[in-house]
Amino acid sequence: MRIVVQDAPFDPGAELNGFTVSTQGTGAVVTFTGVVRDLATGDLDVMEIEHYPGMTESALNSIATEAQKRWSLVDVLVIHRYGRLRPGDQIMMVATASRHRKDAFEAAEFLMDYLKSRAPFWKKEITRDGSDWVASKEEDEAALNRW
Amino acid sequence: MNVLYFAWVRERIGLPKERIDTDAETVADLVHELSAREERYAAAFADLTALRVALDQELSSFDAPLAGVREVAFFPPMTGG
Repeated sequence: MRIVVQDAPFDPGAELNGFTVSTQGTGAVVTFTGVVRDLATGDLDVMEIEHYPGMTESALNSIATEAQKRWSLVDVLVIHRYGRLRPGDQIMMVATASRHRKDAFEAAEFLMDYLKSRAPFWKKEITRDGSDWVASKEEDEAALNRW
Repeated sequence: MNVLYFAWVRERIGLPKERIDTDAETVADLVHELSAREERYAAAFADLTALRVALDQELSSFDAPLAGVREVAFFPPMTGG
């Protein structure tokens, strides 16, 4: 299990290759990459991501540990950035490896659902005209109920 | 204890962290104490359903006791991923 919280950009392709090599022969690897989405108006300058150093790492660790308990996983990778990002930049990535694809798919979805509303990150959208904190969605909280 | 604020709670209160000496027994007591102190706290804590609290970096609740707690953090619902 590897948990990375950083402001620096990362290379999803290189991360996937490294993860696949390190879990060689496992059978199935699933990845999800979150990318900064522009506003519908196309004028997002910066997405600023704030986090709670210390709690972030421990929350990600417990979410990934819970995934390992629930599914048969060979390995889990979570990378999440903070700081000032621009549209098109990678925000985060999860990768799961298992012997059969069902475990890897379900665990990746579980990780994403919990990352959304249980990892202490907050997003702020900054445009030329001002800034707004991104509000949490009820559906994100509701998504946890299916697990 | 150390009290931390994140996102718009930090902006509304105007600082990221402060040290507070308190006899508050629960998180809710601490919130009342801070709200009575200054308007900016009252504004930040006006709607507790819009806030979350962590005690020593674990998500908790407003009725939780503060005995033995070293770090309290207030923040809006998280928006990771």
